[in-house]
Amino acid sequence: MALVQLRDISQVRAGDKGNTVNIALFAPSDELYRIFLREVTPEKVKAHFRGWIEGEVIRYEVPNLMALNFVCRRALNGGGSSSIRMDNLGKCFGTNLQRMMIEVGGK
Amino acid sequence: MKIVRIGAAQGFYGDALEPAIVSAKRGDIQYLAFDCLAELTMAILAKDQAKDPNKGYTRDITPAMQYLLPIAKDKGFKMLTNAGGINPEGALQEVLRIANKLGLHGLRVAVVTGDNLMGRLDELQESVLTLEDLETGEKLGTVKDRLMFANAYLGAQPIVEALKQGADVVITGRTTDTAQFLAPLIYEFGWSQEDWNELAQGILMGHLMECSGQSTGGNFSGCWWELKDLDLIGYPIAEVREDGSFVLTKPEETGGLVSVDTVKEQMLYEIHDPTAYVTPDVIADFTTATLEDIGPDRVLVRGATGKHRPDSLKVVMGYENGYMGQAMVGYSWPDALRKARAAEEIIRKQLQRRGWEYEEVHAEYLGFNSLHGPTVEEPQEELNEVYLRMTVRAKTREDADRFGRLFPYLALNGPPSLGGSFGTLTSRQLLGMWSTLIPREMVEREIKIRIEEVSV
Repeated sequence: MALVQLRDISQVRAGDKGNTVNIALFAPSDELYRIFLREVTPEKVKAHFRGWIEGEVIRYEVPNLMALNFVCRRALNGGGSSSIRMDNLGKCFGTNLQRMMIEVGGK
Repeated sequence: MKIVRIGAAQGFYGDALEPAIVSAKRGDIQYLAFDCLAELTMAILAKDQAKDPNKGYTRDITPAMQYLLPIAKDKGFKMLTNAGGINPEGALQEVLRIANKLGLHGLRVAVVTGDNLMGRLDELQESVLTLEDLETGEKLGTVKDRLMFANAYLGAQPIVEALKQGADVVITGRTTDTAQFLAPLIYEFGWSQEDWNELAQGILMGHLMECSGQSTGGNFSGCWWELKDLDLIGYPIAEVREDGSFVLTKPEETGGLVSVDTVKEQMLYEIHDPTAYVTPDVIADFTTATLEDIGPDRVLVRGATGKHRPDSLKVVMGYENGYMGQAMVGYSWPDALRKARAAEEIIRKQLQRRGWEYEEVHAEYLGFNSLHGPTVEEPQEELNEVYLRMTVRAKTREDADRFGRLFPYLALNGPPSLGGSFGTLTSRQLLGMWSTLIPREMVEREIKIRIEEVSV
């Protein structure tokens, strides 16, 4: 078992729709995709973004792209044209997720 | 085998024009499609039109058409754009003016209207539509008197109709980002409104194209430092076959990269449920699609599947929602973060002492947590410099404006080494967004298509 930061083993892209942000997280291989499925749960993502995402986090699985798509509600201080944050369009949520450390290898 | 070549020209209001010109000149395209509208853009255009009733369309349509219309005439491609925004008729007049000036006689410019519901809200509400917000479930009554715009998202069909009527340029208001890209395929291949899988492929193609450079290396989160010549990035071009499968590529000798890795990031951009991407034309499932690298800067995309289009259309409304006041001050090493924090405390105490109340007071530190908020831990090593940015949510512009006035005092009366003070940044009007669904028939019966020909 080893702890690895998502930054080193993933691609990401985030975007906004109203007050909702979605974060797409891409694995580089099937093996790592299966590990992401196990390790990057919506509960852990919600906890990772404590104080920043107020609503629920829903996870969609996209096996054909070896990707997970996290839809995060009430995440943007009201939405792009209403937010008083610097990152009012939520473009940096993907890199934020890449700070997460996960356990790789079998259990 | 018939192949339709479509180029992407613009991913947002203000996008670079040069890559579109490259595709126009060297892309061997039959259609050039623009997506100019984001939620925020509609808000900007609404404010624009409030100042001048002739405006309300994206102003960069002027340089775009000045450069591209002569090339389009020479090469024989058509252009499709939702640059009309809040005022498609205004955009039409601007394009006609430019075409006249360029002497492009015979050019046929179509305008599609009917998406703008501002004048119809009472009528719609009389039909027992509560128009409640999709996110909060609230009824529209609470914000109706503050609305600045209300537009339904139209699909590709009115654009197809305009093409059938012989349009060379089609201008719309709020069509979906993908509609401009899908429409030429329906027109060229004669897809029916129930060819769900073909339509889903067309939507996927449009989705990959609508953000221009975002599928050709822009915003790429992989080995972005290895990409060549992002200053000369090529915008995507799709070569689409009748079954809807397509190759995504870009003009030769342009910068950036088209690969499975760059394309897949765009595939999930601003998508919620990937098995049900809802558009007015089809509900598309992207999880059945495959991407394949088949050559340098060539990705083959196929296999998206579709389900019956929805019975309702999405409507997005924007309403006045107060003002943001903002200010920024920088502090240098040593103890930069500590100084900035002390400055925040001084401002908060001043607010209290003066009795200035705001709905929200927000502080963030550039160089530390302004982009990732409270989720980041304080850096171990000392920062060379830190900017304190403070913003407030105020009910009136006056209240927002006066917030900034507290900051200049910090220069002499606060912690040492303040540099680069922006105590007087202009306040910004905030707009709330209201999304709702209405039966499509109520919108579609009002859609109008009109073509004007540039005469001698």
